[in-house]
Amino acid sequence: MNLADAVPIEHEASHPALQHHFENLEQQREAGALGMWVFLVTEIMFFGGMFLAYTLYRTQYPAAFASASNHLDLTLGAVNTVVLILSSFTMALAVYSAQVGKRTNQIICLVFTIVLGLTFLGVKAVEYRDKYVDSLIPGKLIPGRPFKPEVQEHGTPYDKHKLHLLPGATVKNVEMFYWIYFAMTGMHAVHMIIGVGLLSVILFFAWRGRYGPEYHNPVEISGLYWHFVDIIWIFLFPLLYLLGRHLEH
Amino acid sequence: MKAFETFETPTAARVNYINAEYGLKSWLLTRDHKRIALLYLGSISVFFFIGGLYAMFIRLELLTPQGDLLSSTTYNKVFTQHGIIMIFFFLIPSIPATLGNFLVPMMIGAKDLAFPRINLLSWYIYLLGGIVTIWALLAGGIDTGWTFYAPYSTTFSNSYVVATGAGIFISGFSSILTGLNFIVTIHTMRAPGMTWFRMPLFIWAHYATSLIMILGTPVIAITILLLAFERLSHVGIFDPANGGDPVLFQHLFWFYSHPAVYIMVLPGMGVVSELIANFSRKNIFGYKFVAFSSLAIAVFGFLVWGHHLFVASQSVYAGMIFSFLSFAVAIPSAIKVFNWTATLFKGSISYDTPMLYALGFIGLFTIGGMTGLFLAALAVDVHLSDTYFVVAHFHYIMVGGTLLAYLGGLHFWWPKITGRMYPEGWGRFSALVVFVGFNLTFLPQFIAGYLGMPRRYHAYPPEFQVFNVLSTAGASILGVGLIIPFIYLLWSMRYGKRAEPNPWHLPGLEWRTPSPPPTENFLATPIVTWEAYEFAPPEEMEVIGKFKKQELEAVGGEP
Repeated sequence: MNLADAVPIEHEASHPALQHHFENLEQQREAGALGMWVFLVTEIMFFGGMFLAYTLYRTQYPAAFASASNHLDLTLGAVNTVVLILSSFTMALAVYSAQVGKRTNQIICLVFTIVLGLTFLGVKAVEYRDKYVDSLIPGKLIPGRPFKPEVQEHGTPYDKHKLHLLPGATVKNVEMFYWIYFAMTGMHAVHMIIGVGLLSVILFFAWRGRYGPEYHNPVEISGLYWHFVDIIWIFLFPLLYLLGRHLEH
Repeated sequence: MKAFETFETPTAARVNYINAEYGLKSWLLTRDHKRIALLYLGSISVFFFIGGLYAMFIRLELLTPQGDLLSSTTYNKVFTQHGIIMIFFFLIPSIPATLGNFLVPMMIGAKDLAFPRINLLSWYIYLLGGIVTIWALLAGGIDTGWTFYAPYSTTFSNSYVVATGAGIFISGFSSILTGLNFIVTIHTMRAPGMTWFRMPLFIWAHYATSLIMILGTPVIAITILLLAFERLSHVGIFDPANGGDPVLFQHLFWFYSHPAVYIMVLPGMGVVSELIANFSRKNIFGYKFVAFSSLAIAVFGFLVWGHHLFVASQSVYAGMIFSFLSFAVAIPSAIKVFNWTATLFKGSISYDTPMLYALGFIGLFTIGGMTGLFLAALAVDVHLSDTYFVVAHFHYIMVGGTLLAYLGGLHFWWPKITGRMYPEGWGRFSALVVFVGFNLTFLPQFIAGYLGMPRRYHAYPPEFQVFNVLSTAGASILGVGLIIPFIYLLWSMRYGKRAEPNPWHLPGLEWRTPSPPPTENFLATPIVTWEAYEFAPPEEMEVIGKFKKQELEAVGGEP
């Protein structure tokens, strides 16, 4: 930072959104954005622990992981991927609208983003319910409904509620996959819920007309968060849903 | 108000962060980094006291070879809880959350940290985590060791693992938020002219510490979360009965917990760099080397966790690489030690209390670091693993290093923080008592450990008794040495001599503002035109700016 940056610009110094300990809005914006980036780095490390566990056990039990992955609903997973990418697009538009000061567009885009986020969570809930019906919730996470899937016998007609085990796969190791699946997608869903909450607050203030070309920092950093949560899903989808699909049936 | 009617020194602060507002609410809802630092100071002192009580029970039990004072189960809980309280609730927040919180904005000429509300939030999160942990300890305690190794912690232990884990999980976020705040503040809030290489080394050390905080802490968070789920619902990635791998837990745990050691010691190194340069009244020798060695320690620190797994079925090749990398950490550490000693050379050294602590730090940290090399050597470690040698080694780093630096820093900046001087005679005396007591406590443990005394047992063969008696005697002296500053520092807050703005006549920015500082730290935005540790004539190291008349009238002061 050079000397000129530190001198407060007169009209900005009186901006209502400027906090007392910053010299000017630019410094405040920079700090906010950097803060979010640093936070996202911590998030990568947080998910990193689970990605490590995934890598380890996928290498150790490839057949079980492929069998378990084949039982996931590819259609719903793919739909959710599209939904999330679309929501990232509308989020980017919301940030743009805030930057150029189009309040109505900003509100419409935020509403779309929130609705798409909720759609994702709804689809996820349907998937979780399917796993519950097939007794695929690992361990004793759900009291009274332990992990106990029915295994498809060789040569019997195909039943989509039964687990089709590839050679070398055991039910115990399939349970390991489902634990990692629920841990990762569950943690991702928690982040989605937080994101929807965050965007609702942003929507409220956008409605009040707080954000414009001069001050749109909160919209921008919420957008960063939203895109990050999307990217996590972009990694989760192939890693969890697309294992050994060619080995099916 | 009464206390501020008269002033012994004309330059004493009339309007400062302490008397700016009154009442409990003004403290509990404050966003001032200096007040939050004091909130942290109070709360970590409480936790230090609790952790110290556990240490007392450990030393009393080990006075005799028989397990007579505590049963083995109770002893397991006592040393576990000593470790958990001291590490997660004292050592990790100690210097960053108190001195760092207070000084990072002041040293770079900022009005506050970048996110004052997040700063306050971090204190509440810390407190919540602490309360949950204390509750778990009172409800029944935990006996897994502070390391929580699976599958004992997930399956067999019959104690409050999940509740304690929850406390640590929660308090981890306070550490993340502090680190985040420091990084952003150092990047974006520096005063005009405060370039990266004009920053005091304290700031470099805190920058490196913050990097570890944000990169390491999330990993322990997810690890504890998975551990808790595994224990609660028998789904598992760590339990071999479920096809899991307990060594994965050790990898994940130490991926944070080894760098955590550097979270504890790096800020201490930052403090010592300040003390050595300032009390030698000399520019630090090799400023850039000391600055970058902090970053190097942070980076290397992430690559050495495997040296905790030498005897835990890790492959020999992995062991060799981790051993080599662990040796490599000695290089940046040695750079610091050599540069500190080189700074002393031909300096105008004054032996005030903070300097005594700093000199103690150099000696004890060197011993702690050198014995670390014994443990990093593969074959030697097989002999020394899980003995008292390890216990002595890390106490030399954590107590001989971090605690001494913390006390030294606290004395050094005490006049700035409280506006009062501590009693110098008592300070020097207690620094000496701490040094003697510490060495008497932990030096015999090296020998006992080398001769084969294992850690974590409440009974031991009688031939080790002499070392344990010495150690317990030393611990009592150390305890006295810690109680003395506790008393006189509290006393000095009311009765100490009023401090000048710059009692040590130093060039740092934090000394160019009144003691205690005003709420926005400086009377005018400082413009930095000098290098770090550039000693100048006293008239060039005066307070920047002037008091505003209306501020003085608000508290009834005179211009």
